[in-house]
Amino acid sequence: MTSPGARRAGDRGLPFVTRLHGLQVATLAWLTVVWVALWGGLSSANVLGGLVVALVVCLVFPLPPLRVHLRIRPLRLLWLLLRFVGDVVVASVQVAWVTVQFRRQPRNAVIEVDLCTDSDFVLTVVAEMVSLVPGSLVVEARRSTHTLYLHVFDVRNGAGIDRMRSQVLGLERRVVLALGADTRDVRPPADPVTRSTSTGGAPS
Amino acid sequence: MNPVLAADIAGVTCLVAGALLTLVAAIGILRFPDVLTRMHSAAKPQVLGLLLVLAGLGLRLRDPAAIGLLLLVALFQLTTTPVASHMVGRASFRSGQVRHDLLVLDELSDVLAGRGQPPDGSSGRPSG
Repeated sequence: MTSPGARRAGDRGLPFVTRLHGLQVATLAWLTVVWVALWGGLSSANVLGGLVVALVVCLVFPLPPLRVHLRIRPLRLLWLLLRFVGDVVVASVQVAWVTVQFRRQPRNAVIEVDLCTDSDFVLTVVAEMVSLVPGSLVVEARRSTHTLYLHVFDVRNGAGIDRMRSQVLGLERRVVLALGADTRDVRPPADPVTRSTSTGGAPS
Repeated sequence: MNPVLAADIAGVTCLVAGALLTLVAAIGILRFPDVLTRMHSAAKPQVLGLLLVLAGLGLRLRDPAAIGLLLLVALFQLTTTPVASHMVGRASFRSGQVRHDLLVLDELSDVLAGRGQPPDGSSGRPSG
């Protein structure tokens, strides 16, 4: 806005050459696919237009490259997704069932769950999925210790809370086994004892 | 029964079920006592309701272009709803919009009060 032809987008703008080098093929391809899907037809004009739009978007809003080490195991991934779909259905039915019992006031809890792995990617995926599976909603996430604070819906006692904890750790385990490069932390079957009660003991 | 009719019936069932779930989600938002409980209603039956409506539409329209668009809607709904409900829940908890009398356990209030800092806002700060 300051001067016409200036390639800087504000004070913290990256030089154009850096932006060009930062282009990621996967992002370009995905944005093009989205564009084609939005137009609803596979034609050369759509693909070309999508590519141009993707290029402009990536140059104007550059993102740092994702350095995620993934090892996709198709069968485990399929199992993760199937369980997820099942959980979403169960979660909706549960909330709907409590909703229509008008006399009932659900009791809740806010709990802390320490994830076993220290990968940001796993933390993100687990936090996303946890919000859609039965009973839980993320209230806070602490990246330094990989701790999630969850609001647990309709829980009455400690047993329910423990069940919720092992449910989240089980979900984490499935995510790591399906996508994670490093499965050391979750190799043994998830047991409730794994949870350490010391909060933020060594946040490195 | 021919496949077209079967797809129509499945589509209609999905549409009605999805609409009902969305209705229940709306009732839940009105009925539950505090914001966090309401977000459960807004996050779960609402999402499944929308997914069912999309599936019903796909079964009824049977058009690749439309199905691609519906898949995009479903994908973005699934990825953005947790983020939105997290942000609303986080803000409501921090601003005290919580019915503490309905909580059987609260492991976050002490953490927030003890540090007086957003848990993630100060990355790298050693916890006392």
